[in-house]
Amino acid sequence: MLSRRALVAALGLTLSLGAAPAAHAQDGEVFIPLISKGFQHQFWQAVKSGADQAAEEMGVRITFEGPDNETMVDRQIDMLAAALANNPGAIGFAALDSQAAIPLLRQADEAGIPVIAFDSGVDSDIPAATATTDNLAAAGLAADKMAELIGGSGKVAVVAHDQTSRTGIDRRDGFLNRMESEYPEIEVVSVQYGAGDQLQSTEVAKAILTANPDLDGMFGTNEGSAIGIVNAVREMGADEVTVIGYDSGKAQTNAIRSGEMAGAITQNPVGIGYETVKAAVAAMNGEELPEVIDTGFYYYDQSNIDDDEIQAVLYD
Amino acid sequence: MTTLSTDAPKSALSRLVTAGTHQKLLAFASLIVLLIGFSIASPNFMQTSNMIAILQAASVNGVLAIAVTLVIITGGIDLSVGTMMTFTAVITGVVLTFLGLPLILGVFAAIATGAFCGSCSGTFVAKMKIPPFIATLGMMLILKGLSLVISGTRPIYFNDTPGFSEISRGSILGELVPALPIPNGVLILFIVAAAAAYVLNRTVLGRYCFALGSNEESVRLSGVNTDRWKIAIYALSGAIVGVAGLLIASRLNSAQPALGLGYELEAIAAVVIGGTSLSGGRGSILGSLIGALIMAVLTNGLRVLSVAQEWQTVVTGAIIILAVYADMMRRKPS
Repeated sequence: MLSRRALVAALGLTLSLGAAPAAHAQDGEVFIPLISKGFQHQFWQAVKSGADQAAEEMGVRITFEGPDNETMVDRQIDMLAAALANNPGAIGFAALDSQAAIPLLRQADEAGIPVIAFDSGVDSDIPAATATTDNLAAAGLAADKMAELIGGSGKVAVVAHDQTSRTGIDRRDGFLNRMESEYPEIEVVSVQYGAGDQLQSTEVAKAILTANPDLDGMFGTNEGSAIGIVNAVREMGADEVTVIGYDSGKAQTNAIRSGEMAGAITQNPVGIGYETVKAAVAAMNGEELPEVIDTGFYYYDQSNIDDDEIQAVLYD
Repeated sequence: MTTLSTDAPKSALSRLVTAGTHQKLLAFASLIVLLIGFSIASPNFMQTSNMIAILQAASVNGVLAIAVTLVIITGGIDLSVGTMMTFTAVITGVVLTFLGLPLILGVFAAIATGAFCGSCSGTFVAKMKIPPFIATLGMMLILKGLSLVISGTRPIYFNDTPGFSEISRGSILGELVPALPIPNGVLILFIVAAAAAYVLNRTVLGRYCFALGSNEESVRLSGVNTDRWKIAIYALSGAIVGVAGLLIASRLNSAQPALGLGYELEAIAAVVIGGTSLSGGRGSILGSLIGALIMAVLTNGLRVLSVAQEWQTVVTGAIIILAVYADMMRRKPS
């Protein structure tokens, strides 16, 4: 008897602890839950910090949740269901699997709750906007930096992660288009694919270096591709080749610190979070939104890698 | 306290189970306390749509918990239920999407695959005498790997089998009674629970299940082929996991091959909260069902209250310890 009472009391206590933060949330405050793909990774924590910042500026309340890992599609759906129950003003959603979420997104749509997709798009016309990195523009910036570093003329090559995914295509084309339109003196001698796998990309990069001993620079379109290039340059002793990478991660930031890599493009997860909340508020107010919101990106190298602005957007 | 024991639920409970009614009542009371507490804390909690969301969230974990309860009562443990669920979903994907066979064969394939995997685990444990923890740990990894191999590490979608998503998402009940749009997945959970409770309490298989958990040696000495019964229980448990595979695949309209790790621990947590002893010989299906509901209510409620995700995990862990401690205190002769 005593223990049962103890359990009930303990449950009650736990509940009242849980209720505390919600107590002040009932006073007509706008509530915007963000359901992300993850929660614990540096990248997602950075997205969350951007969202928190926007929430504070705009006087809305947000929550940020994501499953423990990117396989837990059903847990993400449960999170979306709980978020919908809470009368949200709008919802931010980074789908693990678009298809699985569609019934709930439709439910949100029918209830007039705007949905903002972030990070990657949702395969549906329900989201009012998608806040994501403009990969075309970001790869264009990589091309600008490459041209600057090799002195505006010479031969360069690209190791891309694949030729089918949206990011693979956009990063490759962003780089190639900029080279073609702005730097007629620079010749792109080769574009090859290494599946984003470090080892495969190493072999691909070595083949390119063997075929083009006078190569001036190489661009890797994601972390695995970039690290593959660094490995190849190291193994072939081709130190004169300028390497530019994409994304961050321990291996890449180390290569930049050591000078093996000239610099890299990093996405801006803080901006992704910030723009998602901002767009959600705008959508609630009935404002027109662009289909895609560019959340920004940065170029970082030895000179600015330790700046606060860059450190905030680097993720492992 | 006396009002609790004269509650209507008790008669419903005692019809389903024969022993240990008190521990179920305790779990049931905790469930009610949680429901009331969350309702007071947030006006958004007690809505039909949210209650349905909770039931739906509980359906997969509940079915897995029922499956693992059978094995735990024999004194074993099954760590493979999460990835086995995924494996049965992937096999269903192969049957329906890759081979384009009719829906009913997909349903059959999931349950048969589960039963087969279960009987493999059972054979490892009973015939080869590998401790259940190790045997099912091995199965967990084998099935995780096979799911990835067979699917080519990509989700298999069921777009060509339109009826498939109705298994979990549709609502037969809602068509009959529009006020109660309970998804079929939830009905299936309750049907599986009723069937498993019947097997456990009213059949020879169920009797041996308890007997193996209490004292396997004496059962063997009385001339019973314990190995065979044990394999049968693991196979039945596997078949139930197959139902969970159908539920999750139908809900996601896809077989997600990488999913599944971690689900076994949540199922075991639900079983433990429901008062089933990990040392075997004692336990109930109803308890596990309530355990799964408690976990779903807790997770959903904390989310609706916007408790930070870090703290949700802490609270869930604390509740598990509290629930088991309370159960042990009640058992202690005073």
